[in-house]
Amino acid sequence: MKVRVAKAGLLTTLQDRGRDGCAMLGVGRAGAMDDVALRLANALVGNEAGAAVLEITLIGPRLRFDTAATIALTGAELGAHADGAEIGMWRPVDVAGGAVLDVGTARRGARAYLAVRGGFDVASVLGSFSTDVNAGLGPLDGRALRDGDELLVRGELGARPPSPQPLSRGERGFRNWSLDPRPWLDADAGHPIRLIRGAHFDALDARSRAAIFSEEFHITSDSNRVGFRFDGPRLALAAPLELVSEPVTYGTLQLPPGGQPIALMAEHPTIGGYPRIGQVAAIDLQRLAQRRPGDAVRFEEIDLDAAQTRYLERERELARLIATIGERLTA
Amino acid sequence: MKAGAGAGDDPAIEPLGETALLLRFGTSIDTALNARVHEASQMLRSAHLPGILDIVPAYATLALRYEPSQWTDGHETSPWRNIAAAVRAIFRTPPAGTTSEPAIVDVPVCYGGEFGPDLDALASHAGLDAAEIIARHSAADYQVAMIGFAPGFPYLLGLDPALHMPRRANPRTRVPAGSVAVGGAQTGIYPSALPGGWQLIGRTPAVLFDAQRMPPCLLAPGDRVRFVAIDAAEFAERSRA
Repeated sequence: MKVRVAKAGLLTTLQDRGRDGCAMLGVGRAGAMDDVALRLANALVGNEAGAAVLEITLIGPRLRFDTAATIALTGAELGAHADGAEIGMWRPVDVAGGAVLDVGTARRGARAYLAVRGGFDVASVLGSFSTDVNAGLGPLDGRALRDGDELLVRGELGARPPSPQPLSRGERGFRNWSLDPRPWLDADAGHPIRLIRGAHFDALDARSRAAIFSEEFHITSDSNRVGFRFDGPRLALAAPLELVSEPVTYGTLQLPPGGQPIALMAEHPTIGGYPRIGQVAAIDLQRLAQRRPGDAVRFEEIDLDAAQTRYLERERELARLIATIGERLTA
Repeated sequence: MKAGAGAGDDPAIEPLGETALLLRFGTSIDTALNARVHEASQMLRSAHLPGILDIVPAYATLALRYEPSQWTDGHETSPWRNIAAAVRAIFRTPPAGTTSEPAIVDVPVCYGGEFGPDLDALASHAGLDAAEIIARHSAADYQVAMIGFAPGFPYLLGLDPALHMPRRANPRTRVPAGSVAVGGAQTGIYPSALPGGWQLIGRTPAVLFDAQRMPPCLLAPGDRVRFVAIDAAEFAERSRA
């Protein structure tokens, strides 16, 4: 099965759960910015969690499916249409052969995920389907989708799932249920992002230590998959630190000399030399990833133990939900 | 490294968020400290701890990325304490076998001319002539401290102090692949065309990184490197190979 890219959208990339085990080569994890939405999109079409999906950024692509397919869209809320009829998100949807899927523009949130039953059939590079745009590494030679690209879909699962009814006019997926997105999509800029103190938090001056958890920041327009830069109160160290470069991870909040903190995102480098003043809680990475340039961000302090406990709860809840989806799909 | 050599004192263990631990051997750029990082990296690899997603070696620290869900059982009350305890236990037990000797890799370099546009600037900065810069740069034995910045970019320790030179005030928007460069107290090699501020003194025809090749990197953290001067004809020949 083939999917033809009529319009690529703003920044549409193939992603999976990230490229692990390659940091010693200087190769970062990349992967989906919103890993929860990626896993749910795959679950909704019966794929493994790590199947290749499209990460869609703000303005979605227009895709033509040459044969019937089962798809699911999760993440940022979009007005997606198949042959002119609006289709629901957070559910499996059948599209007919020859259908044109207009993913549309994000109305809420920044990043959506499109999974196709079977998964996109792209080359695995260093064990992952993720695109690292900066390094030019991954499927499609590490670039975003372009108009005219053709993507193949893996065959072994490409057969239609049981009891489908093809979508025609109006919103008529073959299943009459969808997930409640509320626990999994939160793009509300009024909600705080939880932050753990970083190794160099205590090196901030007193005003900055107070400001980080009390004042409002805004995501700057040069923010991207590598990092989000925050405009707001200028943060400063009490005294200069002599640091040598050390490992960083998704969510590390660094403070460059200019005083504007940067949260490292999915496509971050493996090593960084700036003070690490905080760490975005893993449970809030996908919430931060759904914010847009210009959005407000407030940080709320959480300690490591509480953050890890919430993470385990979130993972258990997600595992239960994915199991339930699997039962529904095979019922 | 001799058989059963432990990593010396236990590293300090600091959480790096909920999904990674940072093991600290020191706070400076130092060849001996860095060698401990690579030794520790090997010990952790051969320990096969569950739920390890990645090991990230740097100058004096190393990060262990892990999946907290795999570390809920143990004597401690939380995943990060459980994995920290398991890591401490590894460093208390000396490794059973010999740690492997670092590989020694010869990297051919054509110095100066169009390949090394900053060679003359480095020579005048150092107060030496270009031939002496080349002789000193290719005489040293370097250690790959870490690979970062871009896939395959090696940070090499062991640069002759006379050759230290600050980075350019205005970084280049595109440094050609294979460029051999000096940045502060270190030397490195640009594995692909990248923006960069290091002083370019030559170019290697060697391919530093190729995702389709196994292993993808010509150099691994901990390897020893020697630069071997070649002329333009040999560069052209090796580039065709």
